[in-house]
Amino acid sequence: MDLTLVLAAGVAAGTVLLFAAVGEIFAERAGVLNLGVEGMMLMGAVAGFSTSVSTGNPWLGLIVAMVVGGLVALLHAVVTIHLRADQVVSGLALTFLGTGLARVLGEGLTNRPAATLPHVTIPILAEIPLAGPILFRDQSVLVYLGFLLVPLAWFWIERTRPGLHLRAVGEHPAAADAQGIGVYRLRYAYVVLGGVLAGLAGAAITLAISPGWFGDQTVNGRGWIAVGLVIFARWNPIRAAIGAYLFGAIFRFIIDVQGVHSILGIENPFLAGRSSTFFLEMLPYLFVVVVVILGSRSATRQRIGAPAALGIPYVRGERGV
Amino acid sequence: MRIRLEPRVDPARWLSAAATIGAVIVALVISGAIIAFVGGDPILSYLHILNASFGSVGVLSDTLVTATPLILTGLACALAFRMRLWNIGAEGQFLLGAWGASAVVLAGLLPPGTPAIVYLPLMAVAGMLAGAFWGLIPGLLRARLGVNEIISTLMLNYVALFWLQFWVFGPWSESGFQQTKAFPREAWLPRLSDFSAAVPGLGGLTVHLGLVFGLIAAGILWLILERSRWGYEIRLIGDSPRAARYAGIDIARNVIVVFAVSGALAGLAGMSEVAGSVHRLQDRISPGYGFTAIIIAYLAKFHPGRVVIAAILFGALILAGREIQPSGVPAMIQGIILFALIVADTLVRYRLRFEGRAPAAPAPTPPPGATASGAGGPAG
Repeated sequence: MDLTLVLAAGVAAGTVLLFAAVGEIFAERAGVLNLGVEGMMLMGAVAGFSTSVSTGNPWLGLIVAMVVGGLVALLHAVVTIHLRADQVVSGLALTFLGTGLARVLGEGLTNRPAATLPHVTIPILAEIPLAGPILFRDQSVLVYLGFLLVPLAWFWIERTRPGLHLRAVGEHPAAADAQGIGVYRLRYAYVVLGGVLAGLAGAAITLAISPGWFGDQTVNGRGWIAVGLVIFARWNPIRAAIGAYLFGAIFRFIIDVQGVHSILGIENPFLAGRSSTFFLEMLPYLFVVVVVILGSRSATRQRIGAPAALGIPYVRGERGV
Repeated sequence: MRIRLEPRVDPARWLSAAATIGAVIVALVISGAIIAFVGGDPILSYLHILNASFGSVGVLSDTLVTATPLILTGLACALAFRMRLWNIGAEGQFLLGAWGASAVVLAGLLPPGTPAIVYLPLMAVAGMLAGAFWGLIPGLLRARLGVNEIISTLMLNYVALFWLQFWVFGPWSESGFQQTKAFPREAWLPRLSDFSAAVPGLGGLTVHLGLVFGLIAAGILWLILERSRWGYEIRLIGDSPRAARYAGIDIARNVIVVFAVSGALAGLAGMSEVAGSVHRLQDRISPGYGFTAIIIAYLAKFHPGRVVIAAILFGALILAGREIQPSGVPAMIQGIILFALIVADTLVRYRLRFEGRAPAAPAPTPPPGATASGAGGPAG
């Protein structure tokens, strides 16, 4: 087991979680909880994959996946922002809907080959000792897109004027409204942006990181892990990136360790085909629970900066937060 | 154009019922359109579902068998949701319950030939305890550490599945297959067909005692929620946590207890499934009962009696949907129904008013032509 290769693959796997988590951060910073990430990712995954299968163009697939992700999120936006439905229930509905619809639309796509996005090596950066081969050698273009997205998202939220408006809408919508900021408009925009990024995350699975369509096993809970990551990350894209790559590495390790006969001279209890591998496969999900406990504990909600208006519909002229 | 929502002061009772039924119909129409879009025949599909679930006494019995775990998991969700506690983990609690009940049989502690009167109560208790334990974890985490129960219950679903797979593929595997050996007859819940010697008409009917468990549980839960002090506390916490706190109700304790009871109900569903229907533990023991339960609880508006009705309808959908192509159709219909329900909910609580783009002179009463109230007509 070559550790460099495992970590490089971990970065690739983490990129999927990264897109989804950053998208959810945008939506939640605007005050809208969207638990439908899993469903949006599946819709993006199936839309991107089927487009690539039928046109042979993975780039077109990527764009279609993002559009579809945004459209599915728009449904959540209308229901929760205008119709003031419970954001938890609407998000759950979005997951059910996305899962079922993706299975219906993906019928017959299993085992179909599709053109995938290219892998690229960055000439000089790949030669950096240790980090170079992990981060910059033969990675999918989407991995590099992830590298760009994180600082951009952080800068946008924390250091720009539109980012200030975004935070205002999530923290104190009434005050933002009084300042002339369009609360509804911004919430729509960021919920849809979250969907676009979730669609991208889904397509990143089917068109780049682990190509293929495997029904609802394609995403296999990674949308929910992304939602958990947001709490761990305290709504900060950079912490989300760290968490995403960490989880990606864990996922990869779990796959790779099952192919090794001995670890440090000890016979590997987790060899593929043995029933103890199931304990290994529990790990990421248990880890999310631990991480969310840490995230919840490290400070009470106010101090870590969960958006104050998260989950609360905004009604103009009504007394609220 | 702007849309304004005006709260209905006193929505009529029939409006809520009409909106629920209307939502289901709208959802079926939308689903039908999607089925047609992907090349299926929606009318044939729906007729098939009706026929294969209610068409004869035999299939009706199978529908009730499928509805049995849905009643119990639906009640589990309804109880938790009534307190606005999002237990999304009924699936995992169901699996743990199935595992716990199976452990009674497969651990080899009871000698062969142990009578059913010993086996079945032990299995039920073990299943409920295992489910309650799996519910206690997120309950304690929520009550003591403020951990979001949606994430923890969801993650524990995956953990429960891998736990079950470990036993089914490993220690309890029947010669390498993904299932355990069949339980002895003493560990089977009685079925209607068991009495066919006395009553000839019952031959082949698979309805088992688990259905009675579900109905009794629904009755008890109704008594608790509507007629007891504890139920009043649960409803008060759900409707207004602040008022509950002022009233001196111990919210943390209620979170823990409700999660444990909710988990026990889902665990009993798991026991009923292995002992009443499958008669062994296997990898694919649940086609997502615990997730469908969420929609059932919502459709029933958390009312135990309506959970039973909703569970039978969804049991029909799952049972008959197995043969429908494409295979995701039942899951898709469930998602669309839930969406339609929450939209219908808004239309019951609010009156929609569509206003023109010129708000310069704020019109206190929009022209009658611009008024549209969905799903209902006049009320309130």
